[in-house]
Amino acid sequence: MLEVSPEIEKKINDILNKYIEGEGNVISLLQDAQETFGYIPENVVDWFSKKLDIPESRFFGIATFYAQFHLKPRGKNIITACCGTACHVKGSEKLISTASRELNLKGDEDTTEDGEITFEKVACLGTCSMAPVVIINKKMHGKMTTEKLAREIKSITKAKK
Amino acid sequence: MGPGGIASSGADVISTFESELKKVKVDALIEEGCSLHKVGCFGLCSKDVLVDLEINGNKTTYQYVKPNMVQRIVQEHIINNKPILEWTTDEDYQNFYKKQVKVVLSDCGKVDYDSIDSYISISGYRATEKVLKTMSPEEVIEDIKKSGLRGRGGAGFPTGIKWEACRKVESQQKYIICNADEGDPGAFMDRAVIEGNPHAVIEGMIIGAYAIGADKGYVYIRAEYPLAVERLTLAINQARKKGFLGKNISDTGFSFDIKIKLGAGAFVCGEETALIVSIEGQRGMPRAKPPFPVYKGLWGKPTIINNVETLANIPYIIRNGAQWYSSYGTEKSKGTKVFALTGKIKNTGLIEVPMGITLREIIYDIGGGIEGGKAFKAVQTGGPSGGCIPVDMLDLNVDYESLAKAGSIVGSGGMIVLDEDDCMVNVAKYFLQFTQSESCGKCVPCRIGTKRLLEILDRITKGLGKVDDIEILEKLSSDVKATSLCGLGQTAPNPVISTLKYFRDEYETHIKDKKCPAKVCKDLLTYFIMEATCTGCVACMRACPAGAITGEKKKPHVINQEICIKCGACFDVCKFKAVEKE
Ligand SMILES: Cc1cc2nc3c(=O)[nH]c(=O)nc-3n(C[C@H](O)[C@H](O)[C@H](O)COP(=O)(O)O)c2cc1C
Ligand code: SF4
Ligand code: FES
Repeated sequence: MLEVSPEIEKKINDILNKYIEGEGNVISLLQDAQETFGYIPENVVDWFSKKLDIPESRFFGIATFYAQFHLKPRGKNIITACCGTACHVKGSEKLISTASRELNLKGDEDTTEDGEITFEKVACLGTCSMAPVVIINKKMHGKMTTEKLAREIKSITKAKK
Repeated sequence: MGPGGIASSGADVISTFESELKKVKVDALIEEGCSLHKVGCFGLCSKDVLVDLEINGNKTTYQYVKPNMVQRIVQEHIINNKPILEWTTDEDYQNFYKKQVKVVLSDCGKVDYDSIDSYISISGYRATEKVLKTMSPEEVIEDIKKSGLRGRGGAGFPTGIKWEACRKVESQQKYIICNADEGDPGAFMDRAVIEGNPHAVIEGMIIGAYAIGADKGYVYIRAEYPLAVERLTLAINQARKKGFLGKNISDTGFSFDIKIKLGAGAFVCGEETALIVSIEGQRGMPRAKPPFPVYKGLWGKPTIINNVETLANIPYIIRNGAQWYSSYGTEKSKGTKVFALTGKIKNTGLIEVPMGITLREIIYDIGGGIEGGKAFKAVQTGGPSGGCIPVDMLDLNVDYESLAKAGSIVGSGGMIVLDEDDCMVNVAKYFLQFTQSESCGKCVPCRIGTKRLLEILDRITKGLGKVDDIEILEKLSSDVKATSLCGLGQTAPNPVISTLKYFRDEYETHIKDKKCPAKVCKDLLTYFIMEATCTGCVACMRACPAGAITGEKKKPHVINQEICIKCGACFDVCKFKAVEKE
């Protein structure tokens, strides 16, 4: 049912055991799963669902309720724009449209076609004094401008080629 | 060093200091006792990285420190004892601190967040020992009641009274939860407190647990705050090692331990009943109250939920006395409050002020006024549940009652300053976008109501507003407020109501004249190039992502309005102010 390497199998078994021994918390289980896979793969949910005899809908109900969970694989590079209030009044909307344009993202898409870059929005990173803030591959950039963001994105796409 | 410092390469500054100091130490030029502390947020984030240097009791503070400045500081100041005056902090820095009173933040920036010994050396865990060894739970509750402390999570409920109610419930098992979900999207007080002074929060939880009779505690903290989680985890482990957490604390027979639960990114989970089911591992949907969590909380047991800042106040109140605490503030709002001052203001950062201070003092004396000489327009307090306060109310006192009367709330402590370039309809729309997408969907007024409110605001900002839209907004707002199940829905219309109250003319201009007075709403703008000022430098042409600008070098350019996507790139890039918007 689940074809994975022994290494990964050990990992999901560990998650399962932690769930059984702990308080039996589905959120923590999904957090651990996402930590392992980078997202919540459908067949992994299926596996847990059968092992634990909990309907898949419970898992997906939770995974879709909380913004933290991703049901699709994410890009190799992650760009996160803060759209909290302080960043909003300092022009985060412009940054967001710049990024969507540069990455050619349409509608609700958040990952480029080639799976290279995921662009996400988040509410307040707690660094409002540096607004507007963008995180590019875990590095925080304060006082971001549209030009600088476009340049950063270009340097990522170029590095790939 | 808080998040602002890290974003401004604080870690690099520290490591450069370390290596530079090591170099000179090898040369045996530095005397012993010169140690490098890492401390939490200093507060004035816009001047990051700030470095305090103390030599024989003389303190000097440097601002905007960059790694490449470190060597000169070490050489000239530390070795030759000649401070580099042009790099030290200026008048702004002094004003920033003058009107502040620090309680919760008093040790942030002083204690080394990594070290419990550093906290203990400044009377840390003294309050815990005093409570556990010399006070009865009732005496603790009496002290907190007398201090007048009210919940800092938003609602402002008196903490002592809440504890007393929970104390009185008979139960074998009780819980205390620290609410560190900090959902207001523009506030970072709780984050700074946890990162800068995690042990104060732990102490608050121990004392609260003792007062109500709980032996287990949870901290529910946002996963978006990895640094805070890391420092808190470390602090809890240190406290356990020193015997302040665990079985039989300090040989008093009292046992208590804390677990960390990571929130998974849902604003509504800051609401207490939703937070509880989220800890239990379910979708975080609120339920009707009563029963209040004090009677029926986590796993159905009596539970106290307190905000981070509320709890961090506790050890200071116990140590210095209820009377000392209540000497700050107004008659009904005692003590101090931490605010995250941001937006269009000169000195952004974290401030702690006595309740009752005026908005003017905060914005002009502490905040240094509006950035770039622009005109002040409004200050937004209380985040998505709060409102905007206009310029003619700047002398308003900041306390629970006064702000509520003005149509806003103290809230958790976000304070965002808006200037003439901000459109109030856009601000209202921004908050509704937030609450609408964060609505859990359990009850109809909030699920559908916020959606309709947002749609109306959206069409107003697009120039498609109808004449009776203002009336519909008002009616719908009051319905949503009155009939929603939880605090999210009950407060979601506040930003609309307060902007309608104080900035009605802006709504009217959008609807009737199809114009945005602050020139923010994209669909109501046109960008054009002034022939007389344009030098033909082609910068805008290069910047325009739509290829809407044409023209020859050294000759005035023009924007093709059909192609223009109104992104404003040309406006931002023009050095000669030749691009205008209308
Ligand atoms: C939608 C919503 C979000 C909330 N978010 C938070 C939050 O992020 N942090 C917090 O401390 N309180 C939050 N609260 C308030 C809590 O429900 C609760 O009143 C508070 O944690 C109690 O602690 P206190 O008495 O110490 O203020 C929120 C309330 C609502 C309705
Ligand atoms: S008011 Fe909104 S957030 Fe609260 S229960 Fe109803 S739908 Fe959910
Ligand atoms: S609003 Fe962007 S960091 Fe707070």
